[in-house]
Amino acid sequence: MKQHPQKKVRTDLNPSRLLTFKIDERDVSAHEDESILTVARQNGISIPTLCHLDGLSERGACRLCIIEVKGVAKLLPSCVTFPRQDMEVITNSERVVTYRKKILELLFTERNHVCSVCVSNGHCELQNLAVELGVTHVRYPYLYPRHAVDASHSRFSIDHNRCVLCLRCVRVCDEIEGAHTWDIMGRGITSQVITDLNQPWGTSETCTGCGKCVQVCPTGALSEKGKSVAEMIKRRQFLPYLQMMRGRQDDSWQK
Amino acid sequence: MTLNSEDLHQIAKIEKDKQDGFQHRIHVCVAAGCLSCGSGVLMDALGKEVNRRGLDNWCQIKGVGCLGLCAEGPLISLATSGTYYQGVKVSDVSDILDALGGNPVGRLLCPADTAFFKRQVRIVTENCGRIDPERIEEYIAESGYESLYLALTQMTPPEVIEQVTRSGLRGRGGAGYPTGLKWTTVSKAISSTKFIICNADEGDPGAFMDRSVLESDPHRVIEGMAIAGYATGASQGYIYVRAEYPLAVKRVRLALAQAERLGVLGNNIFNTHFNFTIKVRLGAGAFVCGEETALIASIEGRMGRPRPRPPFPAEFGLWEHPTLINNVETFANVPPIIRKGGKWFAGIGTEKSKGTKVFALAGKIVNTGLIEIPMGTPLRDIVFAIGGGIPGGKGFKAVQTGGPSGGCIPEQFLDMPVDYDSLLQVGSIMGSGGMIVMDETSCMVDVAKFFMEFCMSESCGKCAPCRVGTRQIYDILCRITGNQSTPEDLAMLEDLCDLMKNTSLCGLGQSAPNPVLTTLKYFRDEYLSHIHDRTCLAGACKTVVEVS
Amino acid sequence: MAKIRLATTWLDGCSGCHMSFLDIDELLIGLAEKVEILFGPLVDYKEFPEHADVTLVEGAVSNEADKKNIVMIRARSGILVSFGDCAITANVPGMRNRYPVGEVMKRAYVENADSVPAGNGGVRSEAAGVAFQTVPPLCQKARPVHEFVPVDVFLPGCPPPPEAITFLLTELLAGRIPDMTGRTRFGA
Repeated sequence: MKQHPQKKVRTDLNPSRLLTFKIDERDVSAHEDESILTVARQNGISIPTLCHLDGLSERGACRLCIIEVKGVAKLLPSCVTFPRQDMEVITNSERVVTYRKKILELLFTERNHVCSVCVSNGHCELQNLAVELGVTHVRYPYLYPRHAVDASHSRFSIDHNRCVLCLRCVRVCDEIEGAHTWDIMGRGITSQVITDLNQPWGTSETCTGCGKCVQVCPTGALSEKGKSVAEMIKRRQFLPYLQMMRGRQDDSWQK
Repeated sequence: MTLNSEDLHQIAKIEKDKQDGFQHRIHVCVAAGCLSCGSGVLMDALGKEVNRRGLDNWCQIKGVGCLGLCAEGPLISLATSGTYYQGVKVSDVSDILDALGGNPVGRLLCPADTAFFKRQVRIVTENCGRIDPERIEEYIAESGYESLYLALTQMTPPEVIEQVTRSGLRGRGGAGYPTGLKWTTVSKAISSTKFIICNADEGDPGAFMDRSVLESDPHRVIEGMAIAGYATGASQGYIYVRAEYPLAVKRVRLALAQAERLGVLGNNIFNTHFNFTIKVRLGAGAFVCGEETALIASIEGRMGRPRPRPPFPAEFGLWEHPTLINNVETFANVPPIIRKGGKWFAGIGTEKSKGTKVFALAGKIVNTGLIEIPMGTPLRDIVFAIGGGIPGGKGFKAVQTGGPSGGCIPEQFLDMPVDYDSLLQVGSIMGSGGMIVMDETSCMVDVAKFFMEFCMSESCGKCAPCRVGTRQIYDILCRITGNQSTPEDLAMLEDLCDLMKNTSLCGLGQSAPNPVLTTLKYFRDEYLSHIHDRTCLAGACKTVVEVS
Repeated sequence: MAKIRLATTWLDGCSGCHMSFLDIDELLIGLAEKVEILFGPLVDYKEFPEHADVTLVEGAVSNEADKKNIVMIRARSGILVSFGDCAITANVPGMRNRYPVGEVMKRAYVENADSVPAGNGGVRSEAAGVAFQTVPPLCQKARPVHEFVPVDVFLPGCPPPPEAITFLLTELLAGRIPDMTGRTRFGA
């Protein structure tokens, strides 16, 4: 079979082209290849996200960063939507805020997020999002699924009860560390992240033990061993440097 | 080897002469439906008996594709007299042969002058039930590959696209995107490598149009793809077909081998500079792989999960090259459009929906099977005239179109013409052409639950609203059908449907609430009766018990 | 001005939220002048009053008695406050939800029992020692209060911090339904 060329980044977006557009009535300027999310954050406009992490490819999957664009009926994920000249973006309309809350509530019902006994209590992005979005209770019934904890690794453990399937671990392992120990199996509500061929983490032959997956995990799903309730504080300072040094391994919007 | 027009005509002539040499030609349906009720054995028995009687040069026994009326299989047709036999058994073989040339066997006769046969207009299925799908010569004898020849030798790519655009053909896979526009976009994409993909990942419950076309006339799809390749500048194609369709896969592979051997695929087709090859890729049965970006991921060897669009496959498709993805039926429409002109095609159907549509009739309907009718045919005619109505004298309740992404259409819309826009107006979609009829004994909440369970297990799990939303909606529907619901559940149901529709990543999640929303709209009383009175109006939900 | 009639109660909880309530310290004194505490683990009334203006409910709905009581409490309360994570999310009591009730009981009262129940001849047995007759049976799952009855205010936290409780009561006393956004969080 013919060899196909290496994957490339979106060539339809020209990084040297500049444009101006509006976010929440404010005039902002951007490179053509900067996502609306990136530009919003540059301008101090906060858009909630969960699967997005600077330095990793985009997935567009958590749907929390949805925004409205004037003249477009559909809601668009700001992490994978790029600005156009004179576009008018609204990040905080009642419509998107309401949907964000509901999506967050669904995420809370999906697994067993018991904050009070979590290693990441107080340092958790899911928990913080609830505060930010004013979610004081969840209207949908909790599903209370039965999930396992894998503590077979000598230094880390994963508690699937707290996983939100953002797949940051999968991406950092593949794109930055280059080990691709993590992946996902199953589909729909039965999806689960796995190490190697769904074997105990401790027996993984590809895992380098670098711990990047633990540091990028937004919740207490991945943690260092020996940490008790509220003690797991994630350190992500390494990411921008590694990204710069190693270059992006893969392109976004593909995953 | 390269083929020219004379070669094509020669092959066609030899084949025609051969067929004309037979006094009688008996066509046995060997599509999956009839095969499953024994048409393979029947064909062997017919062949043996003909041979035993020494009639080999007088009577031809031929396996053909779908004859349409799957409910009455195994079906055979006598091509010379136009007689159809239904429910034929091996024990009927002698009687059938005895009756050749005389009066047909009355007890097996399938009336051919009924609406089921008369009302159909066959474009996509014109060869179904007439040619042996396993022989390219028979396809060529029915003007096969003439369109490709015409396109390659007498038309420029823009002229080909012009004809497709003028025909008004819209995508037959579900959304009804204008095919000409899609082709134009891909042809405008700047890339030395482009791909054509045929989406044969037919996953809707109750739908079997694409399977039948591939089983009955695979060359038509191949020819359509090659023409698309020429028009858009692509030289490689993929047919992505479900592994659950082994017969279709076998026949497509056979057809590809034959086409390559003859030179209608390969390099310098018809002595032109056009090269085109097609590969088959098997899907492992995930419904979501019918979504174009998930399908592409699957072909590339990655997990079948959709990605956000834009960029669209027309720009960034397979291995990041511009890619044209069309459905089986869409490609199957192309050869006749090129042969007879876009104007001819545009003369069939309604103002905004041109041509014909193949539907798979299933559920509570007499004539279960495959039909092809002009766009705009009223739903009532499809169900009652062509479909033969509801069996057992029961009352009609609803017809479900578009599979898990479609909706349930109630009796009040029976006189609506079936086309893309009308279906959309009542909250359903054309979809790929599955039509499931429900009678008065079907509980519409239960129907909604069935489709939601399907979507729940087929959701890829990538985006949160679909992954969790399908499960939550399914749970609510279970509570309603199982006598556990509260009035608040109804509000939550609507709330979740709205959330999924507006925030899901791909078409699966965005359209998954449709069966729930349409049943809520048209059959709300059934929901309310379940919730407030704990009774199932249709008497279908056995779990609902009377409470004091 | 008439005093606000306040009740507090717990279902399946650990009393931590009530402890946090006591942690509002000297504010309790001021509070005592404005409210009349009708019922609760902190006072010694046996029956839930016919009417309370405000009721704080701690804990998840976990057994058949909780199920019955919460309906009665709702009916007799003006403003019902889900007080703490257990009432709002089922929290720690909900951690048993992924196991069958029988398995949970066995684990708690047989496998983890320190001493062998009396009257069993000194032999540890799986069946002995679980007093199902006198204890209300557990529901299949511990669930949040608002899945059973409408709740007016949600005060998350495990426990909710005293400041949040103070804010809640101050607002309620002023006749406003407090907006708790940003003042506390799940697991606080």
